[in-house]
Amino acid sequence: MTTQSESGYRSEAAALPIGTPRHHLVIFTGLLVLLLLAPSVLYPVFLMKVLCFALFASALNLLLGFGGLLSFGHAAFFGSSSYVAAHAAKVWGFNPEFAILLGVAASAVLGLVIGALAIRRQGIYFAMVTLAFAQMVFFFALQAPFTGGEDGIQAVPRGKLFGFIDLAADRTLYFVVLAIVFGALLLIYRIIHSPFGQVLKAIRDNEPRSISLGYKVNRYKLAVFVMSATFAGLAGATKAVVFQLASLTDVYWTMSGEVVLMTLLGGMGTVFGPLVGAAVIVTMQNYFAGFGAWVTVLQGVIFVVSVLLFREGIVGVLARWLKKPL
Amino acid sequence: MFELLGIPPQALFGQLLLGLINGSFYALLSLGLAVIFGLLNIINFSHGAQYMMGAFVAWMLLTYTGINYWWALLIVPIVVGATGIVIERVMISRLYHLDHLYGLLLTFGLALIIQGLFRNQYGVSGLPYSIPAELSGGTNLGFMFLPNYRGWVIIASVVVCFATWFAIEKTRLGAYLRAATENPTLVGAFGINVPRMITLTYGFGVALAALAGVLAAPIYSVNPNMGADLIIVVFAVVVIGGMGSILGAILTGFGLGIVEGLTRVVYPEGSAVVIFVIMAIVLLVKPAGLFGRTQ
Amino acid sequence: MNFKTIILASATSLLLAGTAMAQTAVKIGVLNDRSGIYADLSGEGSVIAARMAVEDFDAAGKGITVEIVSADHQNKPDVASTIARQWYDQDGVDLIVDVPTSSAAFAVADITREKNKIFMNSGAGSADLTGAKCSPNTVHWTYDTWALAHGTGSAMVAEGNTKWFFITADYAFGQALEKDTTAVVEAAGGEVLGAVRHPFPGTDFSSYLLQAQSSGAQVIGLANAGGDTVNTIKQASEFGITQAGQALAGLLIFITDIHALGLETAQGLVLTEAFYWDLNDETRAWSERFAAENGGAKPTMVHAGVYASVLHYLKAVESTGGKETEALMAAMKATPTSDPLFGEGMIREDGRKVHDMYLFQVKSPAESTGPWDYYNLLATIPAAEAFRPLADGGCALVAN
Repeated sequence: MTTQSESGYRSEAAALPIGTPRHHLVIFTGLLVLLLLAPSVLYPVFLMKVLCFALFASALNLLLGFGGLLSFGHAAFFGSSSYVAAHAAKVWGFNPEFAILLGVAASAVLGLVIGALAIRRQGIYFAMVTLAFAQMVFFFALQAPFTGGEDGIQAVPRGKLFGFIDLAADRTLYFVVLAIVFGALLLIYRIIHSPFGQVLKAIRDNEPRSISLGYKVNRYKLAVFVMSATFAGLAGATKAVVFQLASLTDVYWTMSGEVVLMTLLGGMGTVFGPLVGAAVIVTMQNYFAGFGAWVTVLQGVIFVVSVLLFREGIVGVLARWLKKPL
Repeated sequence: MFELLGIPPQALFGQLLLGLINGSFYALLSLGLAVIFGLLNIINFSHGAQYMMGAFVAWMLLTYTGINYWWALLIVPIVVGATGIVIERVMISRLYHLDHLYGLLLTFGLALIIQGLFRNQYGVSGLPYSIPAELSGGTNLGFMFLPNYRGWVIIASVVVCFATWFAIEKTRLGAYLRAATENPTLVGAFGINVPRMITLTYGFGVALAALAGVLAAPIYSVNPNMGADLIIVVFAVVVIGGMGSILGAILTGFGLGIVEGLTRVVYPEGSAVVIFVIMAIVLLVKPAGLFGRTQ
Repeated sequence: MNFKTIILASATSLLLAGTAMAQTAVKIGVLNDRSGIYADLSGEGSVIAARMAVEDFDAAGKGITVEIVSADHQNKPDVASTIARQWYDQDGVDLIVDVPTSSAAFAVADITREKNKIFMNSGAGSADLTGAKCSPNTVHWTYDTWALAHGTGSAMVAEGNTKWFFITADYAFGQALEKDTTAVVEAAGGEVLGAVRHPFPGTDFSSYLLQAQSSGAQVIGLANAGGDTVNTIKQASEFGITQAGQALAGLLIFITDIHALGLETAQGLVLTEAFYWDLNDETRAWSERFAAENGGAKPTMVHAGVYASVLHYLKAVESTGGKETEALMAAMKATPTSDPLFGEGMIREDGRKVHDMYLFQVKSPAESTGPWDYYNLLATIPAAEAFRPLADGGCALVAN
């Protein structure tokens, strides 16, 4: 019990080289084409929800899959950013792009504060600490005057992007959300494949050795924590604009659990896993909504099965078959 | 007389005592977590769900078979502990060679399943469980009216906590256990069946949670979500105490119950977060926890 | 050729039928809590109530086909808004009814207004639905927090219980309830000695009860809801609060809560409701039919409200001969309401449905003849006094 386990979350799929493999380019392009066509077939609001959660899960994956840090409190960033963005858009009358930016800034600051404290502990303690802080943020959201308590912030205007693109129509908004999420995903991809990302993976796989190599491990951990919080915030703020609502659901611990589930199911430490995981879970929630608490049971079962039999996740398994990192 | 923080002493004693009652639950639950963590090195996220199961099984025994509270105190921990043993054998034991975080994820999934199933079956409005006749009514302590049942909760919790501490720190079996925590291979070499010891330890930890559930059933409504939020507070308690020692878990549990109780008088709005605030301070000052060993 | 003729023929006959009696198809969505703490007071019972309204109205016989769909909003505004949006956008729902939990109700009200459909709320409490946040598309049928606070508050002060202490859930809803009731108590000549705000949701209320006890108040007002209220009442009985002579006033509590608590614990509690199954012959007859379909459980005021609101809506569909939103809303507000459960009433321009309210006291176990026989009627609050005056709500629809 004195050292952290050496095995970490390493999977073969995660051993990504610097630079962009060609098949990643192909997948990204295919994905973009698919997503551009999707709203003519599927309900745009549903698609936007999938996109927001795909980004949220990717943000968590940056921390968990590549930094080796399991945060059980990511709802804090997702939710607080969505509150700030909703408040800015509704009460201060910000344009959506500024409202989202403000939300993202808030989650980055919050990430810095919580991260600085949380990285003082490792492993399971880290998970518990993040969970406890998220619960604190939840109580704040419940009681602070500007969050509207149980009502949340409702009827948030979607507004006009840059002052002239009216986002009231679902279709228009969809392409804006697609641009935001896709841009952010590419940025995360870039981070993973940068030298910074390589150091992260080194720390994840063997922290003592990284320390002995002279890396200031805690700085790297804090940096990736803040980045992850920021992207989670971007997802939350975007969701607030889409659903015109920021509510307690966004900050509750079940949200933190769900995003861990998406990442786990899709494949921790893979590039595309979180997207797949988010799509599966959101679809499931959408179509099984009538079954009440069975959704919770099903999520629990997926958790258990993933952990026991399926630790690489959907994309991880796929990557092993194809013998290519995905 | 003396007044503390503007509260008359009677009210203060009363609130201290109430804090101690809540602390009893924190202590029992964090003790169970600490026992499990000590040997299995996993954080049992389903601890809250198992606490809830304890309350529910007690309710079922009473409703379906007429078995009363006193028998439930004995039967429920055994039944729920047995489910824990099954879970450990079938699932958790497959994860020991992996990162500990997988144990956390697995037990989190289990918690979702258990809570979801009970929600489906019993709804969330809560079911009534009466205080046993022997303990109904209350005693006037001069400074407050203490329901007898709440007094019993404190006594029961202190006794169980002390007995557990004694068993682990002072008996031969406890010595094996502590040795296995330090070096399972070596203990195995002495001919002790370490895997079985691990299984039983998990079962025991779960049984403690179930016992806390039975104790809670008559006070709080028996409700599928009763453990979900509580467990997060208990996690914070565990982080504050550090999981280095059994005694640490117990003392932190009672202590934080009292702190929370006082907050309810001085600044009730903050009583839900006070433990988390303390956790943040402890992390800054003493990252390993109050009783934790620096690793 | 033959095939074509058949289609033509049936199309003509449909057209003929359409001219004979205005063929209208409406889709009603019952959106409420089907798994959470309000599942008993709304839930499947509201679907039953809506169906009974359709049958009693004889919609089919009047050429109106009604389809009822239902969903679980889990008491969450985000889930409610997603479902409402999808119902209006994709599934062709015309009317959403019930929707307990104020936060969810606000979400549905906003979307209903945006999509220009109709929302008839029965389950939610916030008086803001017809006040600051009122909407031309909303009807608030059964009760609101203002009515409950006034009913209970003024009645208790009138009985000489002038000193109050509040145990308040520390979020917007609880604070509003405390504020409303404080105003009533003070206006009636009472005095509020203090209040304690507890985190929401809470489990242990003993500390707050002790503070309430030492305040020397005659009445402890419970400005919280659902499980919090139930637990507070339970623990008050455990700590001997009521036995020691302090009265509890539930400001938002339903007959299903009393059922869950049991009379032993709940006896003596004073509360206000809009409906009780045992009011008169008509309510008894309807409630018996309802209970037969609802597993023996008697209807709550929320169920009654769903029944009455669907009935009134269908009448408007019949009289306007279509489902054009503005026409329907105008017709519903212009026509006085009349149904066996709430009697005569009306819908005001701010969307508030007004009718009599009733002040009840929970019976002791000895007084009760069995399950669901829970209330003694203390007073009837006439419709004119039961709800907030039109001018005080701050609703933009009200002409000044």
